[in-house]
Amino acid sequence: MSGANGAGPAMEHYVSPEPFDPHSIEALTPEQERYYMASQWRMMWWRLKRHHLAVASGAILMVMYLSVAVSEVLAPYELHTRNTDYIYAPPQELHFFHEGDFIGPFVYGLRYKLNMENLRREYTEDTSQVYPLRFFCSGDPYRFWGAAEGRFHLVCPAEGGAMFLLGTDRLGRDILSRIIYGSRISLTIGLVGICISFLLGITLGGLAGYYGGLVDDIVQRLIEIIRSFPELPLWMALSAALPVTWSPIGVFLGITVILGLIDWTGLARAVRSKLLALREEDFCTAAVLMGARPSRVIGRHLLPNFMSHLIASATLSIPSMILGETALSFLGLGLRPPITSWGVLLNEAQNINVVALYPWLMLPVVPVIVAVLAFNFFGDGLRDAADPYKTA
Amino acid sequence: MLNYLVRRVLVMIPTLLVISALIFVIIQLPEGDYLTTYIAELESQGESVSKEKIAFLRQQYGLDKSLPEQYFTWLFGMFQGDFGYSFEYDLPVSDVVGDRLLLSFVVSFATILFTWVVAFPIGVYSATHQYSWADHGLTFIGFLGLATPNFLLALVLLYIANIYFGTSIGGLMDPQYVAQPMSFGKFVSVLEHLWVPVLVIGTSGTAGMIRRLRANLLDELQKQYVVTGRAKGLPRMRLLVKYPLRMALNPFVADIGNLLPQVISGAAIVSVVLSLPTTGPMMLTALRSQDMYLAGSFLMFLSMLTVVGMFLSDLALAVLDPRIRLQGGTRR
Repeated sequence: MSGANGAGPAMEHYVSPEPFDPHSIEALTPEQERYYMASQWRMMWWRLKRHHLAVASGAILMVMYLSVAVSEVLAPYELHTRNTDYIYAPPQELHFFHEGDFIGPFVYGLRYKLNMENLRREYTEDTSQVYPLRFFCSGDPYRFWGAAEGRFHLVCPAEGGAMFLLGTDRLGRDILSRIIYGSRISLTIGLVGICISFLLGITLGGLAGYYGGLVDDIVQRLIEIIRSFPELPLWMALSAALPVTWSPIGVFLGITVILGLIDWTGLARAVRSKLLALREEDFCTAAVLMGARPSRVIGRHLLPNFMSHLIASATLSIPSMILGETALSFLGLGLRPPITSWGVLLNEAQNINVVALYPWLMLPVVPVIVAVLAFNFFGDGLRDAADPYKTA
Repeated sequence: MLNYLVRRVLVMIPTLLVISALIFVIIQLPEGDYLTTYIAELESQGESVSKEKIAFLRQQYGLDKSLPEQYFTWLFGMFQGDFGYSFEYDLPVSDVVGDRLLLSFVVSFATILFTWVVAFPIGVYSATHQYSWADHGLTFIGFLGLATPNFLLALVLLYIANIYFGTSIGGLMDPQYVAQPMSFGKFVSVLEHLWVPVLVIGTSGTAGMIRRLRANLLDELQKQYVVTGRAKGLPRMRLLVKYPLRMALNPFVADIGNLLPQVISGAAIVSVVLSLPTTGPMMLTALRSQDMYLAGSFLMFLSMLTVVGMFLSDLALAVLDPRIRLQGGTRR
């Protein structure tokens, strides 16, 4: 101003010689760009990665599910191999050193004695017999997934020796092998069950949320009714209704359907409440105006908004299915031998004698606990990561 | 309030009706009926059954009527306290069931009480000492309780109780008290036996409850009024109890609705393992032998217990929270 009336000295005027880019301030560093342009799933992955417990649980689950594909190879024995010399044998200890010398993993032989006073089978370690484990070996014949025959195992007992790292049951069957085989059924039952409940939940919840009104009322009442049944007695009643004449596979499918039929209510509620809010949004109206059918509006425009969230909550309800199957099979209402799941194995541990005399029969509970915990932690992490309103 | 109450009761009636219809369908699902099982059993023992006798039995038990007819007979009977006839025990269902229902109720009630008593202090402690070692440890134990199948825990605890405390195995009281009238000794004996099932059934519910209370209280503790209270110098304890805790308590009451089905489910399987004289084991055998009215009545009772429990929890919630009372809808 002072320059304008010529009284003061002219103000120093500086112009940078650098080329001028008006967007330079808003330009993103490559790192920022990567962050802002990332897809929803990628951001979820980043957030999940920070959740160490969830990642570790996810890894454990992955290992478990991978093992399901090759159970026959991992298990040292076949599912039904009976070792009549070793009935109710306790878990053998795995040794590495024999009389001070390192000879790799091995087990000692078992000496069997029938205690004539209380008729208990007593096994003692016979340190004169050393049975080194064999790796990548040929052992019990099996049918891989019921089709291809094979004899290849990752680990087998020594020729003429036995190896029961987790003991044997009343028919002398190796518990470790049975647990490995059992995971095939126990782990898939949760996945198949959740698929059924997912489909039901999305469809019914979607209809209720999208149409509202009468449909909503009906679905809501239905959910309330199903939720007011105590779960387990209802499962018991339904699985008791499965015909005895069904094949074990039929029973397996029946049980999964039963588990799924009762479980969908939570998901349906989540879908409904989200849809109720979302259907008022402009993009939804736009889709409707352009002539999209309801199924397309729901499936294409509305559901993807919270799909990640849904998957996370579905993960959290798998454990209850695994536990449900275990409980049903334990009661003898669920799966029946020869189909083997962890629950079927636990069926052998039904009375207090087992706790007192053969506690290793309860070992199948360990993978149940591990799987349930892993699913819980993984689901928790996934849910946190899927929350779109949480800043990373 | 009265308005809300009436509406809530009106919703409850059709719910119970639909439940009863569903239960009837479910218990009819298995092929054949009790008589076919019964006849098969007799024949396997080498006895022959005459056609006339079968027809007579069928008619006497009302199995020759059409299904809707059977259903309505059962339904109207229930209004008058007649729950049908148990084929297996040859007695009216209400005579068979009587005591067991009471004990089921006692076990459920004790479990809920246990859940509250345990979850409350732990939840508050976990929230006020977030991320401390105790918090992590308690959370982990809670998770473990959630993940362990009830029935196995029951077995192990029963064994421990027997070895270390000399509690007799199975049942809810020492054998000498079974047919006795209520006395102080019997009461003590029941208490001695009750803790195992209560602890076992309660673990999973307690874990969930702790997590919810902790999350709620944490949300409340971050709010402005807590800061204000602290700034003006309220003692910690008083600040905690007076405002945030009261806000966080709401779901505690609302949770009975979720807790009850869980407790009853848990009780069913645990009592099979522990052979408690409650509804669980009898229902299992009834389901197996297709003793349909007995099984159906058990299912009906358990559902009724749940529905009424949910009603009570909604009611308590409405008393506590005016927002719910005024909106008048059921809890969503």
